[in-house]
Amino acid sequence: MSCGQIILDYGLRSIGIGAQLLPRGEFTLCHQFTLIGSGLIWNVYFAILALAFGFFAATGLALAKSARSRWLRKPAEWFIFVFRGSPLFIQFFLVYEALVMLPRAGFDVFGMTIATAWLTRAWAGALFVLFLNTAAYSAEIFYGALMAVPKGDIEAADAYGMAGWTRFRRVLWPTMLRLAWPSYTNEAIFLFHATTLVFFSGFPSFQQKGDALYYAKFFADKTFNPFVPYPIAAFYFVLLTLSLIGLFGWVNRRLNRHLPGARPRLRIRPQIIR
Amino acid sequence: MLESCADPKSLEGLAWTLCYLTTGKQVLFYWSFLTVLTLMAITAPIALGFGFGGALATRAQFAPLRWFGKGYTSMVRGVPDIVFFLFVPVALDQGLEYMRHKVLCSDWTEPVRQGSDFVVCTAAKLPLSSSPQSVHAVYGFVLAVVAFSVVFGAFAANVLAGAMQAVPHAQLETGEAYGMSRRQVSRRILIPQMWVYALPGLSNLWMILIKATPLLFLLGVSDIVYWARELGARKSQIYDFPHPDWRLWYFLALLVFYLAMTKVSEVVLRRVTSRLTRGQATMAGEAMRKARG
Repeated sequence: MSCGQIILDYGLRSIGIGAQLLPRGEFTLCHQFTLIGSGLIWNVYFAILALAFGFFAATGLALAKSARSRWLRKPAEWFIFVFRGSPLFIQFFLVYEALVMLPRAGFDVFGMTIATAWLTRAWAGALFVLFLNTAAYSAEIFYGALMAVPKGDIEAADAYGMAGWTRFRRVLWPTMLRLAWPSYTNEAIFLFHATTLVFFSGFPSFQQKGDALYYAKFFADKTFNPFVPYPIAAFYFVLLTLSLIGLFGWVNRRLNRHLPGARPRLRIRPQIIR
Repeated sequence: MLESCADPKSLEGLAWTLCYLTTGKQVLFYWSFLTVLTLMAITAPIALGFGFGGALATRAQFAPLRWFGKGYTSMVRGVPDIVFFLFVPVALDQGLEYMRHKVLCSDWTEPVRQGSDFVVCTAAKLPLSSSPQSVHAVYGFVLAVVAFSVVFGAFAANVLAGAMQAVPHAQLETGEAYGMSRRQVSRRILIPQMWVYALPGLSNLWMILIKATPLLFLLGVSDIVYWARELGARKSQIYDFPHPDWRLWYFLALLVFYLAMTKVSEVVLRRVTSRLTRGQATMAGEAMRKARG
């Protein structure tokens, strides 16, 4: 079988397009590169959506945590503590078991049936967990940055007669993002890496549609040779991590473009793992 | 098992709960918490050692050693750690078996890799197929410890390399001006001073290690996640203690366990930090001095 045919067959296998069965007996390099790369679609899907939704939730949570009212502050603090203080792996299991307990047939609300079965699928359930998780981690980063907004900036905003939403949107928020961005880049990278956990935790892979690491393990188990599939997966992840750093670096430059002199460099530190 | 628990079907309420919580399997579940704690206790010093070596290697004068150090410290940056958790144990197992195979069965002529199989002679198998189950369990655990140590060593190397760079350069130069060799400067000035800079990173790493322990499950060790799934699953009437699906509650217990671990570590580490920063020529040390007046 030619490599082109293999790519046609397995290139989109992870989302159910192409060959029905996974390769059997024949595990060429082309097979491994194609299928593992196909699994990457899921990692990117989880990372992008969780980060996109999580970003806004995190901003809200950071504001709630810095609020003066106890009723806003305490729940935000607890949410952040629970999701940062426990392993993501356990969170996946816990949420999966909780979702499984929902009635199979769905809820009846005023004669309308609200289906629940889809929630136990990885694409929805795992995304939900990753969203909550990244919201908590990012909220802590944003909170720290919010506390570090220079006093002078706020006073200047007050002097211009800005208040409330205007002040937040035009002064607090941009400064907070600018200060938080290097740490937030780390968070994004480690969230992207954490997406590999999805199919190893409670969430079953439906019809063997899995992520990059799922297929890498598939090949390692079939060929008894870990030295090929895992480096391939690692190669893909390094590539995507580098593009992620590039993208976030571009945003970083944009956030800091008004500042003279040296702008904070992005330092990638292993601060966050789940 | 308690004597009154001999006939669990006749029990009810509190007595049932008490008997349920003291069955043999439950006790194994409690012991598995010790497995997790043991893993952390063993991994932390080994990983610190690996990290120390890696960080020193990044500053080595011998270029290949320096490249190795740089590669090791940056390997966890771009690749998910789970890849290493899956890769290291299998690779190590096969590496050890291959070496034993070469030594013990030198007359073997067939290749070790036959298509999709990895074949070594029976005497080279690790652990030997004749050895008892406990040896298999310990071997699996040791492989897990090595995998954790390699990954966390890389994290620690990252932290320590950063800390070494944070030691004021002027002090190192002063050492050289006094005629100390490179090695003496490292031993007398760099290494004693770097710990306070490394502490925030290392405490963070400890938190990370706590939260990485459930990954033991992926390595096939019967840890708390394994037992939570096993015991929580629905038990039908043929079991002594039938119950519906309780996995949610078991995982909730694990969640509470991890949150408690995090909280306790936070408190302890905060004390250690304040103890170590006392009298240091850093901003935190200065703030402490002023606060006390």
